[in-house]
Amino acid sequence: MERPLTNHIDKGREPLNLAEYERVGGYKALRESLTSLTQENILQLVKDSNLRGRGGAGFPTGLKWSSMPSSSNSPRPRYVIVDADEMEPGAFKDRILIEGNPHQLIEGMIICAYVVDSEIGYIFIRSEYTLAAKRLKRAIAEAYEKGYLGFNILGSGFNFELRLHISSGRYICGEGTALTNSLEGNRAVPRHKTPRQTESGLWGMPTLLNNVETLCNIPHIVDKGAEWFKSLSKCKDGGTKIFGVSGKVKKPGAWELPMGTTIREILEEHAGGMRDGVRFRGVLPGGGSTEFLVEQHLDVQMDYDSVQKAGSRFGTGTMIALDDHTCPVGMVHNLESFFARESCGWCTPCREGLPWTARILKAIEDGRGEPDDLKVLESHTKLLGPGRTFCALAPGAMEPLQSALKFFREDFERHITDKRCPWR
Amino acid sequence: MEMLSDEIKSEIQCGTGACPTRRCAILEALEIVQRRHGWVSDERLKAVADFLNLTVEEVDGVATFYNRIFRRPVGRHVILVCDSVSCWIMGFENILVHITKRLGIGFGETTPDGRFTLLPIQCLGACEQAPAIMIDGTLHGDLTPDKIDEILKGYE
Repeated sequence: MERPLTNHIDKGREPLNLAEYERVGGYKALRESLTSLTQENILQLVKDSNLRGRGGAGFPTGLKWSSMPSSSNSPRPRYVIVDADEMEPGAFKDRILIEGNPHQLIEGMIICAYVVDSEIGYIFIRSEYTLAAKRLKRAIAEAYEKGYLGFNILGSGFNFELRLHISSGRYICGEGTALTNSLEGNRAVPRHKTPRQTESGLWGMPTLLNNVETLCNIPHIVDKGAEWFKSLSKCKDGGTKIFGVSGKVKKPGAWELPMGTTIREILEEHAGGMRDGVRFRGVLPGGGSTEFLVEQHLDVQMDYDSVQKAGSRFGTGTMIALDDHTCPVGMVHNLESFFARESCGWCTPCREGLPWTARILKAIEDGRGEPDDLKVLESHTKLLGPGRTFCALAPGAMEPLQSALKFFREDFERHITDKRCPWR
Repeated sequence: MEMLSDEIKSEIQCGTGACPTRRCAILEALEIVQRRHGWVSDERLKAVADFLNLTVEEVDGVATFYNRIFRRPVGRHVILVCDSVSCWIMGFENILVHITKRLGIGFGETTPDGRFTLLPIQCLGACEQAPAIMIDGTLHGDLTPDKIDEILKGYE
């Protein structure tokens, strides 16, 4: 099985430097892009590859790129930003990709910038990713020195400046428009969805935002083609995916596998199944803001459409397993406390509703729950649901809660009737 | 005493060169001050505002929004304890209880000798090695109470 993204990642050593990366075919795709392919050629390749955004929403990447306005009648500079602000609970895939092979990301970014005719790029990275930032800094410097970044790249007339921005830290910076506000030096509150950032983003200029893993795929698509990329996958979305598992499994970790691998294969073969003495109860398939799936869903394929059909969200593809020695109420309380703390406070339902949800869950967990509490929690899943809030943070926060109320309802009820947590 | 040294000012100048507005230098300026002084006092925040020709409110509104700008003094070492879901499942609470017992401080507090400050942090992205903490930018994973004692010895 081919593993283009992680083929040259070896956790035990330093990542490939520029010369080593070139020796294994690195920057070949960039050279080809700038010397023998047109922007339209590459855009068509990305569209044909069926690559979908790896940050969580799964928007088709080619379509997103083509939503950048034509450069002849829009203002400059045009920006490309990569979101390396990985903070979704349970997600650690972008860290592995950056630490493991920073040049792969840089190459993908330069090609992306070339296609959408952008002259300035930002890598927006969270401050706790110290090792990743250190390695990126070194790789960016090498790329400048070699002439892959800067002025007149490879004699093509294309110029591209790449800057590393180390965030001062908030989960909401992962929201695309909040990230833009943060880069501008504002509080990271989200902006209106219209105009789209591709029309008016960073400092009002056309701005394209992509996830780390998405861009890491680009050099390989340019190098080996759209058909090859689609053939990597077990479903109609192209490529491989970095899947991760955390929780009480035998071998927590991350693996590059075909898109469309089943949850069962990921959990049982790659993560080694549950630890001895504990049993599987459920899984948040795509990170903390996705809905629980349970035993009956184990044979669901991990791809955007299949997971959605099963009632959850593909998200980041990094799953968190719930076992029978862990209290589901406590777990959901932990998640809602997280989202309550990370709410930016901009809109009322999120600012007020999330702490309320967390307080009720804490009361239930501590044995102070009232019979009506479940109804109040249920009403919150509606009041903070899609369309009720300014951005997707609160609706995302409601996903684990609402599915827990469905699948683990008797556990919630037992807390209330026994006036204690059965797991404590 | 001058609140912002010329050295700091020139560093901030460098930062402003890369961005088109004074406002986008706020975070960089505050981080530079913090790197030098450990935290951002009211006086230094005002000096940053004056230097960037912004109001104190504009600068403080940004400073207080972000996790990593400290508006109160912190210890020589800052311990960030991941309290997100994977670490919680893997025993974050035991880790926190152990650190609290060892150092006598809870979240948001600093040891009387100024050695450590303890803070929670959102998911450190180290879920495969949960429970995890970060001290001064160094990640420590797969923690057990014994391991913590060993790790803390390395920070004086």
